[in-house]
Order: sequence, then C-alpha cells, then structure tokens
Amino acid sequence: MTVTDPRLAAPRSGYRVVGTSPAHHDFADKVRGSLLYAADWQLPGMLHGRVVRSPVPSARITGIDVAAARALPGVAAVLTAADVPSNRIVELASGGLGELQVTMPVLAADRVRYAGEPVAVVAAATQQIADEAADLVAVDYEELPGVFDVESARADGAPLVHDVGNTLVTWQIRSGDAAAALAAADVVVEGSYRTQHAEHAYLEPEAGVGWLEGGVVTLRVSTQVVEHAATIAGILRLPHSKVRVIAAYLGGGFGGKEDMTVEPYLALLVWHTRRPVRMIWDRQESLAASTKRHPFLMRYRTGADRDGTITAQQVEILGDAGAYPNLSPRVLFAAAACACGPYRVPNASITSSAVFTNNVPASAFRGFGAMQVTFGYEAQLDLLAERLGLSRTQVRERNFLAKGDLLPTGERVGTCVEVAQTMHRALALLGDPPRPSGPGKLVGRGIGCNRQPYGRTIWFRDRASAWLSLQADGTLLIRCGVTDLGAGQAASLCQIAAEVLGAPLDHISVYIGDSALNPPAGGTFATRQLYMSGNAVLRAARELRDRMSPVAADLLGAPAGELVFAGGRVWAGGPGGPGEAADGGAAPAGTGVSITLAELAAACDRRSVSTAHLATWHAEAGAFDPRTGQGDTFPDYTYGTHAADVEVDAETGQVTVLRYAACHDVGRAINPMRVQGQIQGGAMQGLGYALTEDVAVEDGHVQAALFADYLIPNAHDFPDVLVDIVESGEGMGPLGARGIGEPPIGNVAATIAGAIADAICVRPARLPMTPERILALLDEKGGTR
Amino acid sequence: MTGRRIALSVNGSGHDVWVLPSDTLLDVLHDGLGLADVRYGCGEGVCGTCTVLLDGEPVSGCLTLAVQAAGREVTTLRGLAGPGGALHPLQECFLRRGAAQCGFCTPGMVLTALDLVRRRLARGLGRPSREEIRYALIGNLCRCTGYTKIIDAVAEYADLAAAGTSPPAAAP
Repeated sequence: MTVTDPRLAAPRSGYRVVGTSPAHHDFADKVRGSLLYAADWQLPGMLHGRVVRSPVPSARITGIDVAAARALPGVAAVLTAADVPSNRIVELASGGLGELQVTMPVLAADRVRYAGEPVAVVAAATQQIADEAADLVAVDYEELPGVFDVESARADGAPLVHDVGNTLVTWQIRSGDAAAALAAADVVVEGSYRTQHAEHAYLEPEAGVGWLEGGVVTLRVSTQVVEHAATIAGILRLPHSKVRVIAAYLGGGFGGKEDMTVEPYLALLVWHTRRPVRMIWDRQESLAASTKRHPFLMRYRTGADRDGTITAQQVEILGDAGAYPNLSPRVLFAAAACACGPYRVPNASITSSAVFTNNVPASAFRGFGAMQVTFGYEAQLDLLAERLGLSRTQVRERNFLAKGDLLPTGERVGTCVEVAQTMHRALALLGDPPRPSGPGKLVGRGIGCNRQPYGRTIWFRDRASAWLSLQADGTLLIRCGVTDLGAGQAASLCQIAAEVLGAPLDHISVYIGDSALNPPAGGTFATRQLYMSGNAVLRAARELRDRMSPVAADLLGAPAGELVFAGGRVWAGGPGGPGEAADGGAAPAGTGVSITLAELAAACDRRSVSTAHLATWHAEAGAFDPRTGQGDTFPDYTYGTHAADVEVDAETGQVTVLRYAACHDVGRAINPMRVQGQIQGGAMQGLGYALTEDVAVEDGHVQAALFADYLIPNAHDFPDVLVDIVESGEGMGPLGARGIGEPPIGNVAATIAGAIADAICVRPARLPMTPERILALLDEKGGTR
Repeated sequence: MTGRRIALSVNGSGHDVWVLPSDTLLDVLHDGLGLADVRYGCGEGVCGTCTVLLDGEPVSGCLTLAVQAAGREVTTLRGLAGPGGALHPLQECFLRRGAAQCGFCTPGMVLTALDLVRRRLARGLGRPSREEIRYALIGNLCRCTGYTKIIDAVAEYADLAAAGTSPPAAAP
C-alpha cells in the first residue's frame, strides 16, 4: 500500500502541472489495450524471420549447408555471414578504454564463442516455415575448449576467447595511499562477494517489423536506442540517411534493449528480400541468448578508525563480460566509479576488470555495474558496525558524503547528499521490529544505502534535442527522439512543456522514438532521459515562451516579464504578480486580462514570429584519465536507502520478506505517482535478484531454459513496497530533478543480505540468497559454535 | 497440415476463420483477427500476457488451441469497453492508481482480476482480501510496477463492486 496518495498532494513549489500525477495518453492506451507494440504491426506480404543460433559455446565452424532450408517451400531467404555486406557491429565509440578492441560479427563466420551466437538468419512466409527452415540449416561445429568463469579465464594458459586476450579492460581509480592507510587503520574488515547472471525479463520479448520504403530500410522495433540506425547502415554499407529506426513504446527494456536485438537480422532480411519482415524472439531464445547482467566477483578491504570513520578501501572487481564486449567496458567503469558508495573514502584503490568468457554476453541492465557493488560496500559497512559495536546507522552517518566532498576520482560532489534523510525515512516506514512468527523462525532488519549515477559517462559530451510547435489552434506538438520504456519518458516531457507554456495536457501530442523525424535525444538508458530530454524540452519551452511573450504582452498591454501562461491562456500579471498557484480553471491569482494560446498563435503568425522552436541541451563536459584514475565520471548521482524486515525459517532456509520500504531523493518529482512506480518496480526487480533470480550458466549453457525456470517475482512473493520521496530540489535535471530509473534496484540485495545477517548472525556473500545457501550458512555457523 | 474452418465468437462478434490444428488461440486472435491486446510473452503459460476469457474463465491463449475455442465465447480486454468505448470501472481503477507502466501485462492483469472479483461476488463471498488478490494474480507477471499499484487498483474496484456502486459488468 502506498503511504500517500500522490493525486491528493498539492503541487509543490508553486508549480501547476509539475508535481501532479495525471494519467497520460500512454496510460490510457495501455489500460485500454490499444497501444501497438513492436510485434503488433503487420504489412502486406510480410515475411517472418528466425535466427539460427549456435548450440555450443566454443567451436570452429567447418561448414554450413543451407540447401535444405532454402529448398523448403515458403522460404524466401537463408542468409549466412557471406551475405552480410559488412559483418561487424561497430557502434559509435566514445573514446573510453576497451572499445573497438574486438568487434562482434552479425553472423558468425568461422568461429562461435557462446551458445546462442547467431550463425544464420531465415525468412519465410509463415513463422512455422521459418522455424522449420532454421532447423534445416546444417552447421558443422568442431568444438574447442572454452572458459566459463572469470578466474579461469585469467589463469595462465586459459583458452583465449579472442586473440587480444581474455581481459577486455581494466580500470583503476586511485586516491591517497590505500595500502598505507589500511596498515595504519584501527580495524580492517574484509569480504568477498559474488553475484549472478540475471535476466531483464521484460514481459515483451525482443521484436520488430522492418520494411523498405523509398529506398530506406525502415525498422519499427522494441528498442531503447533509435540511434542504432547508423550502426545498421554500417552493416548494410548504406549511407546513414538510408536507414530509419522507429521505436514503438516498449513493453519494458531495463537495459536489455540498449544493445541491438532483432535490428541487424531484420535489416538484412529486408535488404535481401525487399519485403516486409517481422521477427519476434521466443522467450526461450531470449533467455538463452539475450544479454545478461554481469556476474561480479568483488573483494573488499575496508579500514577505519575506532570511531567508525573509514580511512581506506581497496576494491577489486572482476566482471564476466561473456563472449563479446557489448557495453562491458562502461559497466565496469561505472562499477569502479561507484565502488565506495555514498561514503567518504580518503584513501582508495579500486581495480575493475571486464573479462571475456565463453558465456552469453553481459551488457547493460538497470544499475549498470553501480548496482552490483552496492552488495559489496554495504556489506562492508555492516561488518564495520559489527566489529566496532556501533549501530549500522551510526557507522553510515559517520561516513556519508556531503556536498563539496571529494570522490576517489578527485571530483567534488556538486549537489546536496540527502542520503541520511532517506535512511531515517525508510526506517520510519518500517515501524517497530517484527517478532518471529513461531519456533525456529528468526527475524532481522537490514538497510542498504546507495549512490547511482544519472546521465551518461561524462566524456560522451552528451546532448539531447527537442522541438516544440504551438499549433494554430493553441495546441502543442513535442518532437523528441526519446524512447519510452514504460516509465513515462514521453509523458514527463508533456508535463514540463505544459508547466512552461500553459497548454493543457490533453492539448499536447508528443512524437518520440524516430531516428528520421525527431530531433536526436540519445537513447533511453543511464537514467538520462529526464535529465537530458527533460532539460531540452524545458529549454525549448522557455525559449519559445520568451519569443512569443512580446507578442502577447503587446496584445494584453502588459509587461512581457509579468505574463502567466496557464490553462490554455496567457494572462497579464496583476497586482499580486505572476507565478502563483492556479485555482482550477480560473484565472491564476494576481492576474488580469488574458488571451487564448490560439489567439497568441494567430498573432504570432500575423507578425511572422515562428511558433516552432528547436533546442538542444548539452550535459557538462569533462575528461577522465585512465592512467591516473582521476577525473570526471558522471554528471551527478541519486541517493537513497531501502530498509526491510525478514523472517528466516531455520529449518528450510526460506526467507520471507515481511516489510519493505524505500526512500530516494529525486530532487523534484515531476510526476509523484510515476516516481513511486519506478521505486516500487525497481525494488521488486531487486528482490528477485536478491532471492530467486539466477540464469545459472553452466559450461556456457543457460540452465534456465524455460521462463518457468527463471523466477521473477510474482504478485504473491513479496509484500507491498512502501515508498517515501525526498525532494531536495537540488538535481541537475529540469526544475532540480534527479533521475530515478535505475537507482531503486541497487539497494535491495544489500538490504536483504543485511536483514538475513541480522536474523541468523552470518552474512550471505553470494547471490541469489536461496534457501539452500541460507541453510549452508546456518550449518557453517552451527559448525563453528 | 490442412486447415479447417471454425466459428469463433470474439467480444460479441462472430468470425469464421481458417486455422491449422497447431494454431494457438493466441496466434489466431493476435495475427489472424488483429487483436493486439492478446500478446505473446512466453509461450509456456507462465507470464499471463495472452490471457483471455473463454466462456468467462481466464485461460492462456498460448496454451489453448484455436480449435478448442470453436463455438465458444472469447473475451479479450477490448471486449470490456462500454458504449462509445467507455472504460470498464476496473480499467478506471487501473488508470487512477497508476497500475500500468509499460502496459504489456495490463490486459491479462485486468481480465484475471475481473474474473476474481466476479467469482467472489457471484458466490456471495464478498470482496477479496489483498492477500486473495495477490494469490489470484500469481499467473500474471509484471516486471515494471512491483505489483503494489496493481493490487491497489484491484482492491479499489473490489470495494466498489462489493458496495454495488459499480457492479461488475455482466458476463459476456
């Protein structure tokens, strides 16, 4: 149950639209079931595609025979590596380490490096025929030795996944002298922590429809990134202008649709057949072959003074990248940059490596490396508290970052850090500690604080553009290349524009996710879209308002600086002055005469004042020096705390989450209900990660072959997520907002591990924390008594 | 394989469709009849995105053969719309409570929840508890919302329906 009904909350800080929770266009379509997702388009003569994948994790391809598949009636194309104009997936590089060392082929030519790697692609008149044809593609594999965990992969003489060696990238961040400070510390606590492969498990599998129109390869797909159009053009050796990617509203993404999924295969089939093609990955195919969250092996050593003040931390992180780089260099960078969490660490030594294995590739997943390390650094804080006889909140409060502090990278924290407030509020939501429900039951409470970046790695020099147009009838168009994953990315832009220009929300239409027709906004990832596109729309709206204001001022006979745009009208400032809260549809307080936005648009038209406006927002630029491990990393961070009560059944090892609370500082809640939803959803996804979800890759083969084998939380598994929101008003996003897409998944595993440790007096150090593992910990404890 | 013609009644309209014995009800509704509110999510009957009501009972369209639905009444989410496309009161509760994010699970959630409330009230059992709502929705997975707002929406509707202020729509 939610703590407060945000719809009842009055908009804060004098805003009229921002801070309210209206149900937007996308909500209405979704509740009606009328939204058309990527798989929902059909075109005349449309073919159906299927990828043929390697069944083995490491092998040489000695032959491919497609004759039988091609001969099957209804088959339109069977393509192999030889049919790919440029058989390399080359994404735009940022200049960071580890990029472009190894490129992934679209279709494997002579070597496969993971089970599930695409080797051929088929199109046929029906899906059944395409599936049958895929089975008829005969590939001869000569199996080769593989490596399936990061430690083996780094051992001398390990089979090489790629010729360049098995370490894809190593990041180092150094500040002060960690070794000396650890030697001098009053106490040192150490821990090793392991996390697992995890699946995004969006309910909508990877899907799309492609067609050729006017010589342009056009794909309407479920993707977080329409800018992949350039990558696809590279594969087809076409000019960038000849590939267009349209993103349908997504049925979930979570980072799993940040890399391309169906796009290159659809594009190849469309290009070769000149016909529309649809491709939907089976759920089982998605489980076996889509990208995963990186398993991490983390070693932490933390030194502190007797009073709990951290003096030093050494962190070593190995991330299993799988068989190809994907986004691993950046994931492991984010892990390094966030390895010390929301705490001051004056002497730090952080090493973070992405390691190739013959496992399924790992890449972006909500939290992006910054979430796995939470399981490490929060465990260290709990250990420190235990060692020093301090409470867990005391030891955290002694070390929380504050604005102006230095991070291990030498950057200064630029905005306020309200993590202590989030901790106290989350604990307040839990109330009194629970009692065990019976004999053999142990209860415990845990907390987990985190620091998660929002915005891209700073050396990308990120930017986003948006175009607004006031139509002749006073309604508003927004065009912005943002993709919408379901979190209200498009809707929040409408709220921001409505706030500034006064157009009612139902008079605003927003066009998103089109690489050809929309100003580029960058993809929806890295919790960057409210920050980037939100700022772009805010700037566009303000600049458009400023351009039109003199016209309105002239019509109203009032000073331009005192106009109020609200309720579909422009009001002359009155005695009370503008900017006060509107009362329903009535005139805003302190205003006088008004004109409608339609009248303003007509007046602008007569005076040749354009009512359309394009604006671009540039993120702060900076640089990071990988040799010194010093420099700029991310624009800013979102801080938060989760708290939970659990009960452990000492007989079965079963962990029951009794109560769960989460609180984050979001700077400013543009739509409080959507903010709550993000936090609740992130926490639930984190609960699955903490307790039940495991792709379980063994010898390169995904063991969770069915969706039934991969246990994402259902409605009955966990309690309601109680939410409180801090609005510090101090973020880099529009109107002081911080991003909240990724942050709420990060705290969960640490919070639950802390609660279990509180209950059973042994700290789980491996995810997921299954009943078997909890029983093993209990046995271990019993054995040492 | 040879096709065969079956009569399907979907959301109150009759359709004669040619199907293969292996065609699932999901295939026929989504691809054949263009009902995009019935969705492929897993093909195993695990996720619930293809939920439809077959003679009023929720079933997974991916595990039901089209031929099994011959001569029976199929209701998809769109079938709940009132005159002029008005939202069903349960849909209004979803909207009011912010119970959708990506929206992919929403049709199945709404249909399963509606069946729960209808069954409870038809048997004189009163409104379902929060716990009973959770249990009824086990077969409809959501990866975005964390369920809390979905359960809020269903609980609100159950209260309305039990109070008679908004009776559950008559079974189709």
